[in-house]
Formats: sequence, C-alpha cells, structure tokens
Amino acid sequence: MCQVDEDYNGQLDRDEVLSFSKKCVKCKEATAVLVIRAGDMFCSGCFKEYFVHKFRAMLGKNRIIFPGERVLLAVSGGPSSCSMLNQVQEGLSQNAHKKLRFIPGIVYIDEGGALGLSVEERQRTVDELQSMFKATGFPYHILPLEEVFDLPSSVLEESSPSSEQPDITYKAAVDHFIQTNRNCYLSPEKQADLTGLNIQESHTHSLQQIFGSIKTLTAKEDLLQTLRQHLLVHTARSKGYSKLMLGDNCTRLAVKLLASISLGRGAQLAIDTGFSDLRYGDIITVRPMRDYSAKEVSFYNHMYNVPSVFIPTLDTKTTDKASVLRLTESFVTKLQAHFPSTVSTIYRLVGIINLLYMYICEWFSMFIVCVCVGGGLGLVVYKQGGIVCGQKSLEKHLYCYSCLRLTSFL
Amino acid sequence: YCYPISLGGAELLFDGVKEHQVTLPSQSEPWDMKQLLVWIQRNLLKERPELFVQGDSVRPGILVLINDADWELMGELEYQLQDQDNVVFISTLHGG
Repeated sequence: MCQVDEDYNGQLDRDEVLSFSKKCVKCKEATAVLVIRAGDMFCSGCFKEYFVHKFRAMLGKNRIIFPGERVLLAVSGGPSSCSMLNQVQEGLSQNAHKKLRFIPGIVYIDEGGALGLSVEERQRTVDELQSMFKATGFPYHILPLEEVFDLPSSVLEESSPSSEQPDITYKAAVDHFIQTNRNCYLSPEKQADLTGLNIQESHTHSLQQIFGSIKTLTAKEDLLQTLRQHLLVHTARSKGYSKLMLGDNCTRLAVKLLASISLGRGAQLAIDTGFSDLRYGDIITVRPMRDYSAKEVSFYNHMYNVPSVFIPTLDTKTTDKASVLRLTESFVTKLQAHFPSTVSTIYRLVGIINLLYMYICEWFSMFIVCVCVGGGLGLVVYKQGGIVCGQKSLEKHLYCYSCLRLTSFL
Repeated sequence: YCYPISLGGAELLFDGVKEHQVTLPSQSEPWDMKQLLVWIQRNLLKERPELFVQGDSVRPGILVLINDADWELMGELEYQLQDQDNVVFISTLHGG
C-alpha cells in the first residue's frame, strides 16, 4: 500500500520522546514549547517563523493567485479560518518579507437558521465577528444562510468575463506588478457598512423545515456543507472576486477524505481536499491552511492571540457515532494520538488521486448539486444499484450517487 | 495552591465559563496532571464527561498547555503541578 518514510519503532514509546533534549530542533538554543509530529520540537520564535513561512510558501509555490487579484476569504469564526485571516493580514502588511499581493475581502455565512438558533444569539455572534472584521480593515460581507433561497438557478454557470484576461504567465504578472507598483501598496477597499443581518423569517422557517425533515445527522451535515459552498461561490461571483480561500486545515481534510469515501464521494476526493478546486470555472477555490494540523493552528492562535469566535455547529456536543463525519473524526484523532503520521499518510493519497482525477475530467458532464464530474460513472452505479428499473428519468441523471442518497432523505 | 485554568472551545462543557481559578485541597504528595483531571471531572465538568476525558487522560483532540508549553514536553499526566501553574485546554476539533 502506501509507502511511509518514517520509522514507527520509536513513536510508540513515550519515554523516548521525553528523554530527548528539550531544546528547539531548529535554533537549538531556546527551550522547546511545542511538539509537532514526532520528535519535532520548536521554540516559540522558530514555530512562528515556520508557521508564517508555510503560509507564504504555500501560496507562492502554487502560483495560482495573481497580484492585484480580488480574493474572498471564507471565515467561519473557527480557529483555522481566523488563523488564515490573520496570516493574510500579516502577509499584506508593509514590512512583510515576501509580501502577499492580492486584494482580500471577507465573507461570513451565518448558519444559525439551520441550527435553530434564536435571532438574538445570531446577532450576538455576528456583532462579535463584525468587530473582528472591522479591525482588519478589509471589506466584509455577512450573509445569513437563508440567502440560499435567493440564489439564481444559474449558480452553476460561469459568469461572463467582464474583461479579457490576457494570457500571461505568473512570473510575468508578478514582474509587471512590481514595476508598476513600486512605491505604493495595495490600499484596502472601503469597508462595507453593515447594520445587521437581514433575515426573512419565512426563509428561516423553510430552512428549519428542510433540516428538520432530514432524519440523519450525516445527511444534514452534507446538505449544510453543500448550501454553504453554493452561497460562497455565488457571493464571490456577484461581488466580483475571482478566488475563494477556505480555511480547512490538514486534520479536517484528512477526516473529510475518509468520510467522503464512506459517503460515496470517492470520485471527488481530489477536488474536495486538494489545494485548488477548479470545478466552478470562473471561481477558483484554494485551501492555504491545508498543511497545518489542527494542533499547530490552535497553538499559534493561543500564543499569538489570534481572535476566533466559538460558534456551535450541527455536530457540537454529539456523541462519537452521531454521524459519519463525527465517527471518522474520532477515529482519525485517536489514531493520530498514537501514530503521529496518520494524517500525513492519509494526505498523501490525495496527491495520487489528483492525478487520476485530472485525467477523467475531460469526458464526463457535471452533477448539479456537488458540481462534480462523473456523469457517466454515476449512471453506471445507478443502474447496477437497481434504484430505478430501466427507467431513465432525466432528473436523476443530474445527481451523483451520494447526492441522490441525500435527496432521498428530503 | 492556586492554578488558573482556561478552556478554549471546551467551555461549553463547563457551563460556558472559560477561565477558572482552581484551588486544590492540600495533600501530602504534590498534585499531578492525572489527579487534576480527575478533580476537574468531579468538580468543574458540568456535562458530557466523555467529550473531555477519556480513560485517564484527555480526549484525543484536546491540546493541553502548561504555562504555554505543550504538555507532551512536560511529561503529560506525570507532570507535577506547581503553585500558580497556568493550565490551558484547547479543543482542536472545533472550527475550521
């Protein structure tokens, strides 16, 4: 199966780790304060450097965000997305080494309607987040999930390009940008002035009805994820952003990867968990936090006072077996505690699958809910599963197997 | 002996209170983390203990910091508490 470079022998023996010198492995001077993976101990200063560098390197290496581009940051209030916001802020600041060069905006989607939270609770969370966003100076958009009912049916279609994008390489774009902007920095856009959520009660009611009618937590989570994604893409499109940045961290993506397989979304693994997601055409989704483990993010946020807001979600305070996602999360984290290379090993699958995915992309049409490719494959599974006896309803061809199962719960 | 304890994300299980000043009853041997966890479970944890502790230790996914350093570097459960030690529990399972 997968080849793993690390040697497992030392990792099960806790005593060995403790008997190592507690100096930072990088500077070898200061006392180590954090252990990442097995045996990698960093002091506070070196850890910060490592953390910041990883973010810039991730964006720089992938060369997908061009200078001057408008990028929408999807912030959920959780530690990873807030950390991402913080990194973008630091990266854009004047004296940053290897300065970032894009124009950010922030979006937050209030999902309280689906969770049954009261308007007061929702407003409170929004106020807290609003003050956090205001402090960054970036324009921000706060939307209730209810807006999903107002999405045009053409959400899956690319918007017509407003200007002709010249076909230039990344390097040329950077050079050009540096020359024309030698002495000035990108001034942040004027902040939007928001006075509160505009929630239509009837929409909230409809939302609650939909979620209330779904029997399993797994299906609810899946639907929430889909609705959120569609709304994010629509927002990016309608407000003129060309990129969407999501804050999924490594641990979360590893869990998502395994859970996706259980849910029948194996064909979409690569784009669901890879760095960039091109399925929407004009809006490209990137995941710059993808190489950070949840532990690294939490530690950094704590040490460097990165604010985040705790917002309960569908699976808060649920048991281990409440949903497929919860069970997978529990499985991965427990395994990770004893075998620190669990997450990175799961991760390496993605790279391999990515190659295969790009290959099959050419031939199949897209499904409408998950917007994933594989119409041909879906039909095959569908027929074999015997769900419809020989009848070819046009509607059913539009769903992949997983989404079809989901809609059967509605 | 007094120990400030704070919770990041886990405060839902502790009545929503994030910061706790804990004074442990004196005993002949010094308190260690293992005993502290038992104490917390008995005295502070308001609900759903299985979301915080698992067996002798914390549930995997909860990061424990003692004086802003990873408890893995301090001996985890065997670490002996000293007066004014600051203990932080951060739930890494939440949020993205």
